[in-house]
Amino acid sequence: MSEQSKEVERSQNAGLAVIKPDAVRDPGIEPHRVRMTDKSPKHAKSAARQVALLFTLSMFGSAFALWTYFAFPINEDLNTVRQNTLFLGVGITLGLLGIGIGAIHWAKTLMPDHEVAEDRHLLASPEDKRAAAIEIINLANQESGFTRRKLIRRTLYGALALFPLPGLIIFGDLGPNPGNSLRHTIWKKGTRLARDPYGTPIKASDVTIGSVYHVVPEGLVPGTEHYLEEKAKAAVLLVRVEPDKLIETEERKSWSYQGIVAYSKICTHVGCPVALYEQHTHHLLCPCHQSTFDLVDGCKVVFGPAARPLPQLPIYVDEEGYLRAQSDFNEPVGPSFWDRSVKS
Amino acid sequence: MSSTSNQPKKNNFLAGTANYVDERLGVAGVLKEFGRKIFPDHWSFMLGEVALYSFLVLLLSGTFLTFFFDPSMTEVVYDGVYAPLKGAHMSIAYASSLDITFEVRGGLLMRQVHHWSALLFVAAAGLHMLRVFFTGAFRKPREMNWVVGFVLFVLGMGAGFTGYSLPDDLLSGNGLRIIDGMIKGIPFIGTWISSFLFGGEFPGTSIVPRLYSLHIMLIPALILVFLAIHLVMLVVHKHTHYSGAGKKDTNIVGYPLMPVYVAKAGGFFFIVFGVIMLISSFFTINPIWNYGGYDPSPVSAGTQPDWYIGWLDGALRLAPTGMEFMIGDFTVSMNILLPLAVSLIFLALVAVYPFIENWITGDKREHHVLDRPRNAPVRTAIGAAGVMFYAILWAGASTDLIATQFKMSLNQVLTAMQISLIVLPIVSFMVTKRICLSLQRKDREVAIHGRETGRIVRLPHGEYIEVHEPLNEYELYKLVDYKDYQPTLARPNAAGKITVRARIRASLSKFYFKDRVSPATQSEIEEARHHAEEIEQEVQKAIESAK
Repeated sequence: MSEQSKEVERSQNAGLAVIKPDAVRDPGIEPHRVRMTDKSPKHAKSAARQVALLFTLSMFGSAFALWTYFAFPINEDLNTVRQNTLFLGVGITLGLLGIGIGAIHWAKTLMPDHEVAEDRHLLASPEDKRAAAIEIINLANQESGFTRRKLIRRTLYGALALFPLPGLIIFGDLGPNPGNSLRHTIWKKGTRLARDPYGTPIKASDVTIGSVYHVVPEGLVPGTEHYLEEKAKAAVLLVRVEPDKLIETEERKSWSYQGIVAYSKICTHVGCPVALYEQHTHHLLCPCHQSTFDLVDGCKVVFGPAARPLPQLPIYVDEEGYLRAQSDFNEPVGPSFWDRSVKS
Repeated sequence: MSSTSNQPKKNNFLAGTANYVDERLGVAGVLKEFGRKIFPDHWSFMLGEVALYSFLVLLLSGTFLTFFFDPSMTEVVYDGVYAPLKGAHMSIAYASSLDITFEVRGGLLMRQVHHWSALLFVAAAGLHMLRVFFTGAFRKPREMNWVVGFVLFVLGMGAGFTGYSLPDDLLSGNGLRIIDGMIKGIPFIGTWISSFLFGGEFPGTSIVPRLYSLHIMLIPALILVFLAIHLVMLVVHKHTHYSGAGKKDTNIVGYPLMPVYVAKAGGFFFIVFGVIMLISSFFTINPIWNYGGYDPSPVSAGTQPDWYIGWLDGALRLAPTGMEFMIGDFTVSMNILLPLAVSLIFLALVAVYPFIENWITGDKREHHVLDRPRNAPVRTAIGAAGVMFYAILWAGASTDLIATQFKMSLNQVLTAMQISLIVLPIVSFMVTKRICLSLQRKDREVAIHGRETGRIVRLPHGEYIEVHEPLNEYELYKLVDYKDYQPTLARPNAAGKITVRARIRASLSKFYFKDRVSPATQSEIEEARHHAEEIEQEVQKAIESAK
């Protein structure tokens, strides 16, 4: 054991380590294995040629990439995009790999590969340096009176604690008070149900048994103000099932129309659109986290991480046969939030 | 040329430049200090390098993309060359991503380079972390550097997620929708945070520009700072090396920085860059033109996040049904808070592991020789359990694909995952620990008795033996040079009291070191050699008498 390692053993606690007095002796670094390029000038020369060839290949690749930039322009034809990407990429690849492989081949075959040992030194500073450092800190403390002058110190702490607060408060306008925005959608009494994304109203007679309609409130079309924000809350899924299959509470009997039911499409888990409908089980499935809702039983959760049924949109049919909303949803749609059940 | 200079006049550009720079910066001293610094050689040391180089590629390709990308969420009607989307309403962010793809030469290539290198960056950083964990490279004096590396990994995930969301396509918008849903589930302040993040209601028109600021400024700046700290610490600590003959805690064995490492590491940068470029020229990633711009209503089945976010998404999926409950009028979304808590606790455990292990072993010495994973069985087993836990969460993000690909019931796949999440980490802990101990026993046996030669000899009294050949001293040393710890008892402190702390430490040390295989000692090996020589004499005698 070298002097230095003994010093380490002494100065630093080995804890639960078992120190064996008759550990196997370290034979030292393994002798160097001679490479072909070390002993044969012919091999060394051919290795040098290979390295040069790789570097040349790199030059060729880069030049090729420059050429392709002009030779493969892109236009309306999407094939040109593919070609531009492919040939430009292959040229640059050659330019890069030629350098990389060449340099490593050079290092491995022609540069010395004798393993060398270098001493490490304990990271902790020697005692005299530590003492000097402590002395400097003490001196600084003495000269400034940091410990002695309590009033200065405490007011400084106070000042340092308060000064970041304005820096935080100026972020207050990042967003408005959420207020009631999460509790309402643009559905209201009489809004016609329309097809997403065309915006054409839907007649009850168009909705055959088993068919699914992706629905938005009439008038909500791309280009209208807050289109995405409103759609993110108001999207609805409309399905018609055999009326006798519906399991409805007394209160909700009037919310459907001859087996046509409308439910919020926004998952009550984290808000993905519940877009998949399985006709023979009447299940709605959210493709994000697989929450599954039973459409005929009030969209109750039958599987997955969601906790609450999808909110139902009460609907009726007007004299012309169009489907209309009786009102807005009677609870907030989408993901749960802390005070969603608090009456406001 | 004037002849007043007393410098020896040499027509050598290199020497001239070196002289010019040194007279102004004094770099010769730096070169003297670092030019021949020793770096150890091992393939596993390249994983961190891959991460570093992918980051450089990210900076290069990302800078290119910023020149063409416009993060505005203002709605426009698309009028570019991509026919299927002509006339569609979309954000400028999405439209400019399409323009980069279809109207800028090399634009699609750079988008793919950027995305592939991001995936590689997080992957390489993760593997690098595993290498550091399983070889015990986080031990004193490198605990702080482990934490810095951990921060880099988390920042890498953050950079990935913010970048993924920028094109404002259908998939990334759904990713943001999920984040929004999770944030809203946070008690008291959830809806406020959501409103602050999105500048009002989801999706609003603020989120992409805000993520853009984070993605191209704040996060890369933080990564650069932490990367600098990471590398400075690497130089201060000097690199670790694997155990083997001549390799000690007091030295470093390897090749000099100049020229070998400059060539190898420099060349390796070009190889990493080249491989990323090769993948990007041939393989499409994130074909945003197929998804369309963000719309809160449609979503396609089988949507997947980028791989490094998968484990968080999996945690969300694996939450059991019906975990949400009410306290009075208030909703507590445990189906969101539980996965969030599990993920955060998992990350926290990863961050503090070095300090836990150090507290248990109490070993305050510097460690520069790496452990072979088998020689730290419990640590390796804990690592395996952690990897399994992560892997199940990760696979959890693909329950639907597993179910459809293998024609299984989605419900059963999910239930199996939920059970596996608890059971399999425990199983992999036990199996890994046993494998490590067996390998250690095998090592010990080989060290003491030598290698099996396959030479079977029948002795005169009828016994068959296999002749063992002793190892050479270099091979032998590799098998016996490791740190061996033994459990401790809870000891009373100065006041004569056994504290709870001491008890916990004692039971943890028992958990870690109860099953241990200590390395073969010189005397054990000599004894075995002596015995082997006796047998060899007997064999020789038998051969002679047979003649």
